[in-house]
Amino acid sequence: MLATLPAAEPETTQLLEVRGLSKSFRGLRALDGYALDLRPLTIHGVIGPNGAGKTTLFHILSGFLRPTSGTIYFAGQNITGSPAYRVARLGIGRTFQNIRLFGELSVLDNVKVAMQRQWPPSLVATLLSTPGFRRRERELEAAALELLERVGLARRRDQLARNLAYGDQRRLEIARAVGTRPRLLLLDEPSAGMNPSETQELLALIRRLRDDLGITIVLVAHDIPLVMNLCDRIQVLNYGKLIAEGHPAAVRANPDVIAAYLGQARRA
Amino acid sequence: MTTTRIGLRQRLGPAREFLRGHQSLSITFGMAIAAVVLPLIVLIPPFNGFGTQKDFVGGFADAGVFVLLAIGLNVVVGLAGLLDLGYAAFFAIGAYTMAYGASGYSGLDTPFWIMIVVGAFVAAVFGLLLGAPTLRLRGDYLAIVTLGFGEIVPLVFLNADTYTNGTNGITGIAQPSLYGLAGINGFGFTNPWPYYITVLLIITIATMLVYRLQDSRLGRAWVALREDELAAASMGINTVSTKLLAFAIGASTAGLAGVFYSAKLASITPQQFEFQVSFTALAMVVLGGMGNTWGVILGAFIVYEIQSQGLHQLDAFAKSLHAPPISLGPITLDLSTINFINYQYLLFGLALVLMMLLRPEGLFPSRRRREELHEAAAEVEATAADAVSQT
Ligand SMILES: Nc1ncnc2c1ncn2[C@@H]1O[C@H](COP(=O)(O)OP(=O)(O)OP(=O)(O)O)[C@@H](O)[C@H]1O
Ligand SMILES: [Mg+2]
Repeated sequence: MLATLPAAEPETTQLLEVRGLSKSFRGLRALDGYALDLRPLTIHGVIGPNGAGKTTLFHILSGFLRPTSGTIYFAGQNITGSPAYRVARLGIGRTFQNIRLFGELSVLDNVKVAMQRQWPPSLVATLLSTPGFRRRERELEAAALELLERVGLARRRDQLARNLAYGDQRRLEIARAVGTRPRLLLLDEPSAGMNPSETQELLALIRRLRDDLGITIVLVAHDIPLVMNLCDRIQVLNYGKLIAEGHPAAVRANPDVIAAYLGQARRA
Repeated sequence: MTTTRIGLRQRLGPAREFLRGHQSLSITFGMAIAAVVLPLIVLIPPFNGFGTQKDFVGGFADAGVFVLLAIGLNVVVGLAGLLDLGYAAFFAIGAYTMAYGASGYSGLDTPFWIMIVVGAFVAAVFGLLLGAPTLRLRGDYLAIVTLGFGEIVPLVFLNADTYTNGTNGITGIAQPSLYGLAGINGFGFTNPWPYYITVLLIITIATMLVYRLQDSRLGRAWVALREDELAAASMGINTVSTKLLAFAIGASTAGLAGVFYSAKLASITPQQFEFQVSFTALAMVVLGGMGNTWGVILGAFIVYEIQSQGLHQLDAFAKSLHAPPISLGPITLDLSTINFINYQYLLFGLALVLMMLLRPEGLFPSRRRREELHEAAAEVEATAADAVSQT
């Protein structure tokens, strides 16, 4: 009786479904026939050598680049070619490989920019500075502070973002992306430039984002131990093509991967 | 020395907090002080030697027009980071709107107080019309398009002479009226006081609104956009509509300034809205400190007074020296014959170059930029706190 129930049904609904995704830059195929089925609440890793197309993939998924071909479904909705701000509003947050904070804004304001959509604006209320407007600003500030506490940056709230230490900038970028309340978070080399202890903190933070906030995560990293440790599944890109996919241990043992990537990393 | 300064700062702390928390109150307060002090200052030497109090008050009202322009342009350039080189176009549109709304030329007599709103609205509409197709362009292209728009608008007013009276412009524009309200002396050529008070009121309200915007969702979105457009988009900010709003709000402020300008002068010609106006307003914003409304207000006032008063006085002063001509080979430098007003844009240019070299953040940098200077101290404190929390 029980066995016939479609118990697996909710599990098979994918949060992200990508098919045949390709991108050419004047003849160069930066991404070639990429596909992904992403279940909710996974931590998914994408690795590959320099120039493999990882950042290009993120740019396409987040609406910054239009794919040459292919489709992207997010939570059952076709978002192929949607502009970036719309994709962000639908619930895909991202960070950038080369950090892109609002340098001249304070740490707190960086997070406020991310969260402010949740407190609907009214130009009239703003101009009249109505009690409702002021209450919304206070609520926004409290929520932004709470998020900063979560990533351990509350003490830096009034510092300008561009004056933060490198590791803090990476964390602020994650906080800012989380502030948009994403269901899916794309992290492009979040551990780049971090020391081992910062990397450990980051690892714990990413797990908490998934476990406490229910955010599904796709991350790109060159730090193989981090990826192996953190990810439920891994994909390997090489010259824009997927060359392996599966559990970390299996991928690690794949001879193609060793040849294309891990081998190269070991040599380096 | 330093200790007394810190002491003073601490003592003023609660007052500063209060003023920051009650922004509109402190703006009103500041403006009221300026309104009282300015006409009094000109009664003391050396200023009383330069003109009557009435002359000065009329001049301050004219300065107010440029202060308004600078406030509006600062929203576009300073906050949203959009380089607009044709801002005078919206000023012209506001001025001509007033000229059509209430003058012998059009035969209409709409009250000035209504025209202020109409002028701001019409200019905003033109801001949207220009912005919608062009704000997708990258910064440098936008600068060129706005430069072109700034050239075209006065040319249209010049050449569409069936409707605009061409070079001769429109005369007989109605002055504001209080309709005998409370028996207050009316607006007139011989009485600059009502203009002075009106423009100060308009500036006060504009400043309040800009500060409210700046500390709101929209203001943060503008700065985010200025800092990093891609990152702003990844926060769900619709970059095009956010820029459009900045453009339209900036344009409406210029339109408002145009209505006032038109009503005060009672006659306008297309030549009054050429590139020099856009350039002057931009120089005021840059000199005052981009992004800081108070700084921009001061910058605009100072630049205007130097332009309209300072250079005349410099002329007179140079003549009064009776310095003998200095021969520099082929050139003879005779201070008494130099007309400094002719060199005002040269002097402007020099001031801007010096500014960029010595103090790129402007004379009165915004709070955010100033905070950078105190960053080092904050850093030390934060590190100390780190050390404490880890033990
Ligand atoms: N805008 C662009 N125009 C032309 N070529 C591009 C562009 N963006 C990326 N490429 C090329 O596409 C390829 C993939 O680049 P991408 O940045 O996606 O690699 P990556 O996997 O993120 O590399 P890395 O590990 O160095 O970050 C590279 O060969 C790159 O030079
Ligand atoms: Mg990359």
